[in-house]
Amino acid sequence: MSNTVLLAVDGSDGSHRATAHAIARAKLGGAKILLTYVIEWSAYSFNTPEENAQRHKRREQEIEKATSSVVGPAADRLREAGIEVETVVQHGPPAETLIRLAKEHDVAQIVIGRRGESGIKSLIFGSVAGNLIQTSPVPVVVVP
Amino acid sequence: MKRVLMSLVALILFTLPATAGIDETINDITKPLASFIGSVVFVKIPLFGAQLPIVVLWLVIGAVFFTVYMGFINLRGFGHAIKLVRGDYADPNSSGEVSHFQALATAVSGTVGIGNIGGVAVAVTVGGAGATFWLIFAGLLGMSTKFVECTLGVKYRLENEDGSVSGGPMYYLDKGFNEIGKPGLGRFLGVFYAVGICIGALGIGNMFQSNQAYVQLNTVANGALDGLGWLVGLILAAVVFAVIIGGIKSIARVTEKVVPFMAVFYCVFAIIVILMNFPALPQAISNIFTGAFTGEGVAGGALGALIIGFQRAVFSNEAGIGSASIAHSAVKTSEPVTEGYVSLLEPFIDTIVICTITALVIGTSQVADPNFAGDATGVAMTSAAFERQFSWFPTPLAIAALLFAFSTMISWSYYGLKGWTYLFGEGEGSQMVYKVIFCVFVALGCMVQLGPILDISDALVFLICVPNILGLYFLAPIVKREMQKYQAKLDSGEIKSFRH
Repeated sequence: MSNTVLLAVDGSDGSHRATAHAIARAKLGGAKILLTYVIEWSAYSFNTPEENAQRHKRREQEIEKATSSVVGPAADRLREAGIEVETVVQHGPPAETLIRLAKEHDVAQIVIGRRGESGIKSLIFGSVAGNLIQTSPVPVVVVP
Repeated sequence: MKRVLMSLVALILFTLPATAGIDETINDITKPLASFIGSVVFVKIPLFGAQLPIVVLWLVIGAVFFTVYMGFINLRGFGHAIKLVRGDYADPNSSGEVSHFQALATAVSGTVGIGNIGGVAVAVTVGGAGATFWLIFAGLLGMSTKFVECTLGVKYRLENEDGSVSGGPMYYLDKGFNEIGKPGLGRFLGVFYAVGICIGALGIGNMFQSNQAYVQLNTVANGALDGLGWLVGLILAAVVFAVIIGGIKSIARVTEKVVPFMAVFYCVFAIIVILMNFPALPQAISNIFTGAFTGEGVAGGALGALIIGFQRAVFSNEAGIGSASIAHSAVKTSEPVTEGYVSLLEPFIDTIVICTITALVIGTSQVADPNFAGDATGVAMTSAAFERQFSWFPTPLAIAALLFAFSTMISWSYYGLKGWTYLFGEGEGSQMVYKVIFCVFVALGCMVQLGPILDISDALVFLICVPNILGLYFLAPIVKREMQKYQAKLDSGEIKSFRH
């Protein structure tokens, strides 16, 4: 297992706290950070023909936006702290995609911020952190 | 410029055959062809007492040819198609692009329309129970035609400068024929097709849909909307206008999401009705088989039933019309043939599953009560069959019909528009012209009788099938090579399933 920590961010307050935690953890163990942003997306949705024709372009715009507004600043913060960073922005179902990336990069741990979803929404859709904890092959740290 | 000129010529050829002039030279070359096609379009060949429209013959021969030529891909490819749609071969690194499932779902929602509810009833009324057998059979053959046209759709799609994609028969005819060294013929067929789909979209994908949606609404309203077709038409046209011109995409998005559920809802209730009519089921099934080969009580006998079955199948699943390849071509794949496999499922879902279910609902009702629908035909007949078991059903059916019609119209407005932009470019102003024309025809569809609409739609469909299937014959060897190359990659393990 590599000494890499997968840090999942989404630009929320929770993910800022997760970043702070990951920095502390990485410094302590001299770990590298795999900074990831998963753009929520399902291959099984229903679209109009026009949406499909535009999809390729939209995807690139979404990746660009995630990179410039969330991943870029977070990566800067990590680098300033003297940590080695690799970034990944990918579309997919969040928990599933994070687990796949964790396996692919052979990470030691996943760090994620708590979104604080409550009530009906998490009852129906489940929470990303909840799904991750149940299915992850490596330890998951959920930062409150 | 050349493209615009050619499209003008084609327009004149097919809309105003009598118009002379513009360019004597071009006219001299194309006039014999125009008059030939003009004389053929509306021709029906009398055959053993049945009337065989050439369009049906043209499509059947094509579907049989592609089935044999591709080595019964419609049967062989089915399992692989399911795996592709399930995402077994989807590269996680291209997630976020249009998936096989999404391309299929979009194409299916364009084809699942009123034809699945009303068209089947028309088939059974005119062609007897036996027409159902041929309808299913045609669906099976149509899978092969789809395979060919959708593979080509992806292979020869155009990636626009702004990153969007445009695909469909006009592009594969144009680019594909260029590749086999017949650029002139390719461009001609491309323009021919584009003109055909521009006009054809106004029939099958427009007037037929709005007409039947109105009929069902009127049935639910107990005839309160008699003579108010213009009003319903205007309202429908206004909603379509809001979506395609006003850019109120949310309506279209909601429809796209609701339609699949409506389709499932429809099928579930249809199966319940069939089960409630269970005592009549063996007889209904036996009627389908005997009717297919004896054609009892049908004009033209078994052949008459066959013709009707094939005709309605084509209308429902659009195999050979090439329209679906416009929708399928948006998929992201490095192997065009994968979308061909996936598209096999479209006639399967549309015709073999949904149409068969409708036919059984009607068939079992007929066995139980031969006169259950009175004089009703089309969607009203299907509605009556449901009503025998669930008195409240016509209302949700009307809503489903309206939504099916609506999503089909939205899809077809896009197909027609793609033909239009192929001819006249992507300019906003020119697109607006087509969109307005489209909306006008939505309103018109509610004001005229079903009979003439079916006649017009049939003729227009023919117009679209001619260049498409003709092109498919020429380009089929390319598809076959793609298929063989892909199969070799699968066998060698070069293409692996990502499912562990």
